Amino acid sequence: MPHLQFPALSVPLVLFWVFAVVACLMGLLVIVLANPVSSALALVMTLCAVAGLFLTLGAQFIAAVQVIVYAGAIMVLFLFVIMLLQLRGEPGGLRGVLFGPKVLAGALGVALITQMGSLVATAAWPAGAADPAAFDSPLNTQMIGKLLYSRYLLPFEVVSVLLLVALLGSVVLAKRKF
Amino acid sequence: MIHLLDNMLIRAAVQGLMIISIMLGCVTFLVWTERKVAGHIQLRIGPERVGPFGLLQTIADVIKLFMKEDITPSSANKVLYTIAPMLAVIPPMTSFAVVPVWSQFALADFNIGILWVLAFTSLSVYAIVLAGWSSNSKYSTLGGLRATAQMISYELAMGLSILPILMWSGTLSLREIVLLQQRHLWNIAVLPFGPIAFLLFLICAIAETNRAPFDLPEAEAELVAGFATEYSSMKWSFFFLGEYAAIMTGCAVATSLFLGGWGGPFVDQVPLLGIVYFVAKVFALIFVFMWVRWTFPRFRYDQLMGFGWKFLLPATLGTLVLGAICMTVFPGFYHQFYGR
Repeated sequence: MPHLQFPALSVPLVLFWVFAVVACLMGLLVIVLANPVSSALALVMTLCAVAGLFLTLGAQFIAAVQVIVYAGAIMVLFLFVIMLLQLRGEPGGLRGVLFGPKVLAGALGVALITQMGSLVATAAWPAGAADPAAFDSPLNTQMIGKLLYSRYLLPFEVVSVLLLVALLGSVVLAKRKF
Repeated sequence: MIHLLDNMLIRAAVQGLMIISIMLGCVTFLVWTERKVAGHIQLRIGPERVGPFGLLQTIADVIKLFMKEDITPSSANKVLYTIAPMLAVIPPMTSFAVVPVWSQFALADFNIGILWVLAFTSLSVYAIVLAGWSSNSKYSTLGGLRATAQMISYELAMGLSILPILMWSGTLSLREIVLLQQRHLWNIAVLPFGPIAFLLFLICAIAETNRAPFDLPEAEAELVAGFATEYSSMKWSFFFLGEYAAIMTGCAVATSLFLGGWGGPFVDQVPLLGIVYFVAKVFALIFVFMWVRWTFPRFRYDQLMGFGWKFLLPATLGTLVLGAICMTVFPGFYHQFYGR
């Protein structure tokens, strides 16, 4: 077990706990709530709280992009689909699900929790908060940009081509006649 | 450690409250201005009976709204129906925090300032969507659906329209962008991409605030009042408040990005002049918003989507490419005329 330190009460630490608790609580609500719109909103809150965690680590750019892309665009589309299909929640809860899927989901869930638990127990966690200089460094965004266009150029381009393929695919599927 | 935390938080809270109260005061004034502008454009006088020049008209209206019955439809989702109006006010107020009002004052000087604004703008759609969905009526739902599609489409173009300016400035901090403009020229004057980007940004900002001619989510002629159909009293007025706060924030951001923020003549000698310049520029832009609202007819829904995706998006991408080509091919020209 790594040596645990308890640093003095500071703004980043308080914020960390606030965001962490909100993220976990809302993550739980996503799967507990029966109403799909409420679930989606809980997921939005989770994503915003995770963005807050990024902020406390000094990763301002990632935090902003997280909110813009996930909370602001993808989740809005989720809500759009829920509203369009007029989903009103599932009355049966778990009762309607067949036995086979239930067992499979349970087994996978246990496997995931064991895996994550062993990771938490064995991983070497960096002690203390991130480098305070990183908070106000205007180089934060520049560094990401430079890395993206030099070291990670190939994965970056491959991902953009993948997105383009998905885009074209959805157009082809949606458009009946050409 | 603890008392330092207290001081910092208290200072931030006081400054935040100050900005919020100033914004609320401005909204009262803006509603009156809107009605006056509308009146004069339509060859009427507008409000003039309550107080001098009708200035107290809005206060009378607010008192009336307080007195009205606050109705929640029995089939509505009570919690979300109550939360939605609150969500309408939070994003515009929060994104105002990064706008540098004056050389000595910005609530938060982030080095990702403009991304902060975009992030909260992208969250502002939830208020309308939830209002539409939770009201559980067909007009509200249609309004909510329209708002979702519209705001996603125009948000994209809005983000892209400011990219040439960010490329030109080389920073995401609004304060830095304003300072650079003060040393050289306003970004709107950087030919050829500055004025185009400004125009595109303004169009997107009007669409994002759901103002005419982009007010499809609440088109009275088809949807009664769209997402706000079931709302009354103070809950309804919160949407109104949110709209005006969003206009102010949008104009303040446009001022900082394109019109040199607090910059102007003699601002170095008399720093307080900066606030005057800033407020004057913001109000000039707000007047443009009102002017557009009362002179253009509303789009048809398919025209709105077509305009967003088939014109605005390619235009913003084109401006970005144009800016990139200009800056790389003619660096000498920009150095000579714009000092960079």
